[in-house]
Amino acid sequence: MSSRTSILSRLRDAAPPPVPLPDLPLQGQRFEDPVGHFSQMLTGVGGRCERVPSTDLLSAAVAALPVVAVARRVASLVPEAHPGNVPLTSIDDPHALADVDVAILRGEFAVAENGAVWVQAAVLGRLQALPFITQHLVLVVDPAVVVHTLHEAYARIRFDGPGFGLFISGPSKTADIELALVIGAHGARSATVFLVG
Amino acid sequence: MSAHADRAAPFVANDARMHWHDKAVWYVRGNRDRAAASVPEWETLRELAAQVKAHTLSRLAEYLEAFEQNALRLGAQVHWAADAAEHNAIILSILEARGTRKLVKSKSMLTEECHLNDFLAARGVEVVDTDLGERIVQLAREAPSHIVLPAIHKKKEEIGELFHHFLGTEAGASDPKYLTEAARGHLREKFLAAEVGLTGVNFAIAETGGVVVCTNEGNADLGTSLPAVHIASMGVEKLIPRAADLGLFLRLLARSGTGQPITTYTSHFHGPRPGSELHIVIVDNGRSALLSSETHRRSLSCIRCGACMNTCPVFRRSGGHSYDATVPGPIGSVLAPARDAGRYASLPFASSLCGSCSDVCPVKIDLHHQLFLWRRELSRLGLTPLPKRVASRMGSFVLRRRWLYALLGWSARVLGRMLPGRLLRWRINPWVRQRELPPMPKESFRAQWRKRRV
Repeated sequence: MSSRTSILSRLRDAAPPPVPLPDLPLQGQRFEDPVGHFSQMLTGVGGRCERVPSTDLLSAAVAALPVVAVARRVASLVPEAHPGNVPLTSIDDPHALADVDVAILRGEFAVAENGAVWVQAAVLGRLQALPFITQHLVLVVDPAVVVHTLHEAYARIRFDGPGFGLFISGPSKTADIELALVIGAHGARSATVFLVG
Repeated sequence: MSAHADRAAPFVANDARMHWHDKAVWYVRGNRDRAAASVPEWETLRELAAQVKAHTLSRLAEYLEAFEQNALRLGAQVHWAADAAEHNAIILSILEARGTRKLVKSKSMLTEECHLNDFLAARGVEVVDTDLGERIVQLAREAPSHIVLPAIHKKKEEIGELFHHFLGTEAGASDPKYLTEAARGHLREKFLAAEVGLTGVNFAIAETGGVVVCTNEGNADLGTSLPAVHIASMGVEKLIPRAADLGLFLRLLARSGTGQPITTYTSHFHGPRPGSELHIVIVDNGRSALLSSETHRRSLSCIRCGACMNTCPVFRRSGGHSYDATVPGPIGSVLAPARDAGRYASLPFASSLCGSCSDVCPVKIDLHHQLFLWRRELSRLGLTPLPKRVASRMGSFVLRRRWLYALLGWSARVLGRMLPGRLLRWRINPWVRQRELPPMPKESFRAQWRKRRV
């Protein structure tokens, strides 16, 4: 008997009496100012949030970021934010991204309760490593889509095929040495979210 | 087999260290409290999470089949391992098929449970743990002492010394920022050189066939997005029915564990990335046996947040290594005896049964009650030490006889005043080793009660 069969049959034999599956809340706590709360939570986890009134002003705001000003290699998937100088379409091997200084990606929506941005990384294809391998991360999000909690977030996400998606809340961090918080463990050393519009 | 108290002795002997550990872990518990209090519906979330887990456990086989079918449809390869040996053999075969002897690994308590590192090292595979805390304990040739903070038992000076030896950092340097930066550089090389990356799984979604991994450092993500092969090892209990259930569990997980509103990265893997392979290894290794135990199956609901250890007065003062089990603390003391009752018989006694663990558990496992039930089972199995068994029998005998209890109370009050202190601190009674007996009262409680009520 294969392990698959034996595990499944053991689990069937061991199964407790049926327990109903509860309905989930469609929403949780509400914030008076979800955008403001998002910004506050993001700052709390070591990130930065900037409001930009219109797309025309985005490229100037991005260029003004100190990490962008000194960056040599910028990988951008948001042309209106920065043209970028890493030819992402012609790169096949993620190892070629090892020297990216700044990556600029679009976030689908943001979550007020925890400062997280949902990034649908399917567009990255083989280059899924980009948001992690880059030294600094910039995300561009429409403030009209800041949801209150994760309950609403999952109502928005469709997992109907292969693909990689993730929540990113602030920069990479660790507290593994005597609980001292250090920003920039393995992933991005900084995370800036531009809310545009 | 040594007992928890014996193994805790060296940790407790270093008083300053013990108090530092106690305070540090308690600080994390404080963070948890603030985070939990910021969510008005916290108790509802806990209740729902407990129900979702209980439901899933009642139909685990079905959900696993659905998960497998969906994962296969997305292009993943699914393996089944009945025990640790089979799990390890599967990992080795994937490495061999790839023709590589290098593996980067992010945090996975399951691979600790299976002793994967030792198994692979013995077969010439270089395994690199990439979570900073896990890398530290790996370099020190130790086991993690906490499931969320693997190196919490180590001082930065010791870590500085380790890094000086292995990573060439400056001698005497112990600044956490400097040491973390050194590890970042060292591990980047490992990430870039690896062909296979292994992660644990926080949640596996039955209806979509996806797996979710939560980290703060981003090591799981670098370790899966650079190598050509991603292996995700999961226990059968990691299943959740619906993607929307994540809304529940992710709101609870990081807040309970570290007090963060969510981990930095919450990655949802649905199938392999283009041009690569995703292998999902589903492991039983004793879980089906635990499921069949009506008394203890609730412990399979654990989402490994670590809150119960952070709050536990015994864990905080004895350190994770004193448990000598993959998972320490209250949940570890419930899980370990199910695996090997004889070996871990002392763990359910490493508790004051104060109940704080049950109060903070995000999926409402009745931990202190479980510990109590284990004590009873272990006594019945004759696995508790003789003095404990004799004392329990005597206690039971006395407490069932009111006259005897009153008589013994009287004699203790009289003798306690008459006998020299040295005799009362007799070493046969371990309770008095670090404690003074209180002065004996003149009257019994019952006598005082009668007087005051009048």
